[in-house]
This record gives sequence, structure tokens and C-alpha cells, in this order.
Amino acid sequence: MNLDTIMEDQNKLLHEVTQRDYRFGFVTDIETDTIVKGLSEEVVRIISAKKDEPEFMLEFRLKAYRRWLTMTMPEWAQLKIPEIDYQEIIFYAAPSQQAKYESLNEVDPELLRTFEKLGIPLEEQKMLSGVAVDAVIDSVSVKTTFKETLAERGIIFCSFSEAVKHHPDLIQKYLGMAVPYNDNYFAALNSAVFSDGSFVYIPKGTRCPMELSTYFRINAKNTGQFERTLIIADDDSYVSYLEGCTAPMRDENQLHAAVVEIIALDRAEVKYSTVQNWYPGDKNGKGGIFNFVTKRGVCKGVSSKILWNQVETGSAITWKYPSCVLMGDNSVAEFNSVALTNNFQQADTGTKMIHIGKNTKSTIVSKGISAGHSSNSYRGLVRVASKAENARNYSQCDSLLLGDTCGAHTFPYIEVANSSSVVEHEATTSKIGEDQIFYCNQRGISTEDAIGMIVNGYAREVINKLPMEFAVEAQKLLQISLEGSVG
Amino acid sequence: MLVIKDLYARVEGKDILKGINLTVNAGEVHVIMGPNGSGKSTLANVLAGNTNFEVTHGTAIFNGKDLLEMSADVRAKEGLFLGFQYPVEIPGVSMVNFLKTAVNEHRKYRDQPALSAGDFLKLMREKKAMVQIDSQLTNRSVNEGFSGGEKKKNEIFQMAMLEPTLAILDETDSGLDIDALRIVSNGVNLLKTPNNATILVTHYQRLLDYIVPDFVHVLYDGRIVKSAGKELALELEEKGYDWIKKEQGE
Repeated sequence: MNLDTIMEDQNKLLHEVTQRDYRFGFVTDIETDTIVKGLSEEVVRIISAKKDEPEFMLEFRLKAYRRWLTMTMPEWAQLKIPEIDYQEIIFYAAPSQQAKYESLNEVDPELLRTFEKLGIPLEEQKMLSGVAVDAVIDSVSVKTTFKETLAERGIIFCSFSEAVKHHPDLIQKYLGMAVPYNDNYFAALNSAVFSDGSFVYIPKGTRCPMELSTYFRINAKNTGQFERTLIIADDDSYVSYLEGCTAPMRDENQLHAAVVEIIALDRAEVKYSTVQNWYPGDKNGKGGIFNFVTKRGVCKGVSSKILWNQVETGSAITWKYPSCVLMGDNSVAEFNSVALTNNFQQADTGTKMIHIGKNTKSTIVSKGISAGHSSNSYRGLVRVASKAENARNYSQCDSLLLGDTCGAHTFPYIEVANSSSVVEHEATTSKIGEDQIFYCNQRGISTEDAIGMIVNGYAREVINKLPMEFAVEAQKLLQISLEGSVG
Repeated sequence: MLVIKDLYARVEGKDILKGINLTVNAGEVHVIMGPNGSGKSTLANVLAGNTNFEVTHGTAIFNGKDLLEMSADVRAKEGLFLGFQYPVEIPGVSMVNFLKTAVNEHRKYRDQPALSAGDFLKLMREKKAMVQIDSQLTNRSVNEGFSGGEKKKNEIFQMAMLEPTLAILDETDSGLDIDALRIVSNGVNLLKTPNNATILVTHYQRLLDYIVPDFVHVLYDGRIVKSAGKELALELEEKGYDWIKKEQGE
């Protein structure tokens, strides 16, 4: 991308800041095949049957469901969570046109218009930018692109349901390896009722030639969204995976409890980037998505590497700790995060780095930005097991406050059981400076643009880690999300 | 160009400016001197629209418009530039991005199309050569890790980029070694045209070895108590401010 385009993009960002309403707030009118609301063993069986799953999947779901019944909602986070009535939620919805499409012409035009409004380029545009898209609306994959190109290299990139049908051996071997069905309350719930998601397998010695990307979107009314993603990178392989979310404007709260599992084998590298923009609720804190996500990667092989990059601007409540278990010797993990909260948003997010192998190395860079009446917490655990000789961790947690009605908290937990390891933690909290804003003003830059610029500068270290097209989107999101936060 | 009448301003409830009268015409260079705490920086900040300072009385008309009614960014776009005494660091924001935004905001205000990246970089190269600023600086974040002298040179560079009609330089000369002082002064002299004006706020006469002012004003206790030609600066250098204080009855 040349400088001209970057400049143009940035100008566009500045321009778009003047838009006040949530850009992606609309509802698509598509017939939806749903089941009765509420959760029971019967519902779990119906979901599995509707998806025509093999026996082992049903067993996995039932084990998870039975365990979930014995668990209680976690309450340790710095969050105020309204009670969730699981009997009011519809646990399965699929667009009524079930058939897989051969070409775009066969796809429900209403759906295509939705994609267009969201700016999701399905084919030619993606081809130009080299991104393959597995777009998920509600629970069933509608259209998968680039599958053939990927298939030539033996790369599998498909919906989770397809993977269950065509690659049951891989699913059976790896499902639950990073996030067991009984890991936590929301992971157990997901394991019981998950509808669909994405599956990626990169064979030995293969470098995935394009960024893989999935757009999730909540649409059917009152439908909890339970996505499940599984990424397996075999020996000496590489893949970069992008996840981006938008959701239509809603009055009622919507539950989202996804699970993402990553397995990196010997010398494999997986880069997982997220720009999360679920509907955050309105200015008074009404509505918005509840986002309870379990994301975990296992650096299973020697010298394997997993990177989590995330920019979080959405959701009314975010409960999310993309983590890594560094099992293989010399494995490396990174967590780079920008979490922005405005109005009445609440975020409790961070990571866990569990060092088990020798010479393992992890880096955490967390940048929190709080505005309005929001609450923004970093919660991170660094654990070094007794056998993890020479483990290294560096953590940097910065908080930026806009105004004095918001809150920022940092909860670092460090448990070290090996004396040869080195764990470093740095934390800063700063307020956006009036002197910085005045300096920008004096050069002709308005206060709103100045804040966008300063915040983007503050987050740059993390944004630079994102793939280019995501970086531009992330900057835009930060700016849009801060609209009206200037007092 | 600028007509200030009976201007009063306060900060945190304390009156600092107590009736400033000053007229600046195009093509002129004015120097404002005075002892510490006399209100020099306050005057510069009030004119630039810093909201930490409250104007309680008086008027300031800039090119026929009421300056005090404008927000700080509009004042800038109307052609008023403040060279900061303590330039502010903005981590993560590159000088290129910062200045490109600033220049194009000025152009937008004047209904001119935005500069293309190519034209912008060309403009930057010209101005960098003019004020002899190190190329490296413009690749870094705004003022981040700059030395004192580099920050001040960077102010002059920004002034060159924005081409203001009125530049107020607040103690731009303090903390500079002789070489940097020469570069800053050269910049000011080169940027001078019959259509623009400069107000230099300074502590020291030595800047005036390089820049020849049309008027020298002495600010004392929130008022301009003496105005004369450049010879006044020499007199102040020689005698200090005590005789002014005495004249004011202290």
C-alpha cells in the first residue's frame, strides 16, 4: 500500500467520524429455520440431529451439557452481568435455504445486500486483496470462497459442520484439546450447543498463501450465537487468520459465547487477528452484545508460535482472555491487545500464558482505552511451571483514560515455580493530555480528530501487528467508537 | 492585522493580564519582553485560544474578525500560529501524519483540495531544507524523544509548513545553543514577508542579534508599560528590569 492510499484512508477515517449512529445497525429480513427456545438435553440432541452429526459429536455435546448443569456462572470478573435466562434463548437458527450454492446468483439476494451494506466483499474484491472468506450468517456457512485454491495445497478451510462430515478423524483428535468441554461455564455451554464455525487445517510444511478470514454476524432475533473455531497448524506450517465481527442494532441483549482453539505443532506458526465490533449498546447502556469468549492456543510442538492480536471496541460486556499454553520447548507466544470501552461498556479482558516447556517465551502488550462511563479491566496470568527452564515473559499493560467518569483496572497474576525464569511486568495509566489536544488544535486539528489521532498513536504498537487491511479498519473503529466522548 | 484592546485574562482565579493594548500590522516584527511572571506566556496562550485561560474583559480583532469568539483550531486555520515554549510529545503519531493532517485541515478551511501524498512530501522537503531540520526528525513521533533544541527547530519547521499570517513564538529562543539559535532566527527571517507578522516573546536580548524587531514592548504585571524601537532591548539588556519596576512605583 503506498503512502497516497494510506493518507487517503486516513482522511476517509476522519470524514467518517462525523457519522454518529452505529454503522452496522440494521436487521436483515431473511426467513430463518429455528427450533423452540430454551435449553434441555432434548435441544442438544435436536441440534446434533439437525446437523447430521456422528455419534462422537453427540457424546461430546451431551457430556458438556451435563457438566454445564453442575456449573455456575463465573463471578470473579470486574463486570456487572445481568442475569441470563437460558430458557428464553433460541439455541439453533439457520437460514432457511439450506442448500450449498454453486454461484453467487443462487444466494438469497437479501443476504447479498446485507454483505454489501457491511462492506464484505465476497469474491472479486477479496480475490484482489488475496483474502479467502468463509462468511457465517447466524449459524450455517453460506458461501465459501477460494476453497479450490487452498485445496490444491492440501489446506482445509471450511465450516465446522463440513469438517465434521468430511474430516471426522481430525475433529475427533483435536476437538477440546485446547479448550476441554468442561473448561469453564461458557466453554461448556458452547460445547453443548455450538451451531457452526470455521475449521482450518494447514498440512506439514505448508505456508498458507493468503490471509484466512471469517466474518461472524448475529442476525436472527433472540438467537444466542455459539461459534466454534478450530485451527490446526501441522509441522513447519504457517497461517494468518482474521476474524471480524459486526452485528445489527438490537434492543435486547444478545448472548455470544464462542470458543476458538488453536493447535500449533512442531515449528508451526499461527497468527490470529481479531477486530471485534459487536453492537455495544446505545449511549445510555441499553442493549448490546454479551460476549463471553474462550480462546486458547496450544504451542504443542517444539519451536511453535502462536500470536493473538486483537482490537476490541464492541459489545456491552466483554469477557475474553485469549491464552496460550507453551508446551513445546522453545515455543513462543504473543498477546497484543487494544480494548476500547465507551458509554456504559464493560470489558474484562486479558490473557493467560502458561509456560511448561523449556526456553519458552511470551510477550503481552495490552492497551486499554476507557471513555464515558465505561469500565475497562486487564486481567492476566503468567504461570511458569517447575520444568520450564529459562522461561521468559514480558508484560506491558497501559491504560488511557478519557475523562474522569470511566474506570481502568489492572489485575496481573504471576505464578513462578522455576527459578531460572524471568518475568517482567510494566504498567502505566495516563489521561489523555489537555496539552496534547491544545497542541493539535493549534495546528488546525479539531478536538475530535485530535483525540482520534492521539488514541491511534497510543495503540499503534498493537495496530501495527495487524495485517494491513485490518489495521485500517481498526483505526477507523477506534475513531468511530470514541464519537461523542469528547466533553 | 491584530488589534488588542484592554484585554484582561485570568488562570485558576488569578488575574494575569490586566489591560493589554497592542496593535500589530502586516510586515512588522514585535518583541515582547519582561521579567518572569509578567504574563508573556499567558498573552501568547490567550491569543492562541488555550481554554485554561479565561478572558474576562477586552477585545482582540484578527484580520477584521473577533479572535476571542473562535475555537483554537479555527484561530489556527485563520492563520494564527503559536510556537510553543514547551512543545508537546504525542507518542505513536508520526510527524508526517500529524503535519499532513494539519496542512490539509488548513486547506479544507480555505476550500482548497487536499494535497496528494507526493505534493505533500515535496513541500516537506522544501521546508525542511529552508529551516535546516534533520530529515530523521520528521520520521519520528511528534516531538517524542526530541532534544530541547530539536523541539524548537520543529516548531519553526511547522510554522514554515503552515505559513501563518501571524506567528507568535513563545520563548522559542530559550534553551538553544548558538547554532540552534541561528537556525531558528534564520527560519524566522526567511519566512518574513510584507504580508505576515511575528510576535516574539523572549527573555533575552541575544535573539535580537539575529532578528531585527520593529517594536519592543515591555510587559510588566499584566500590562505593556513601555514600547519603543529595537534600542529598548539593548537598554533592557544593559540595565535589567529593575528600573522598569521602579518606574512602576515599586
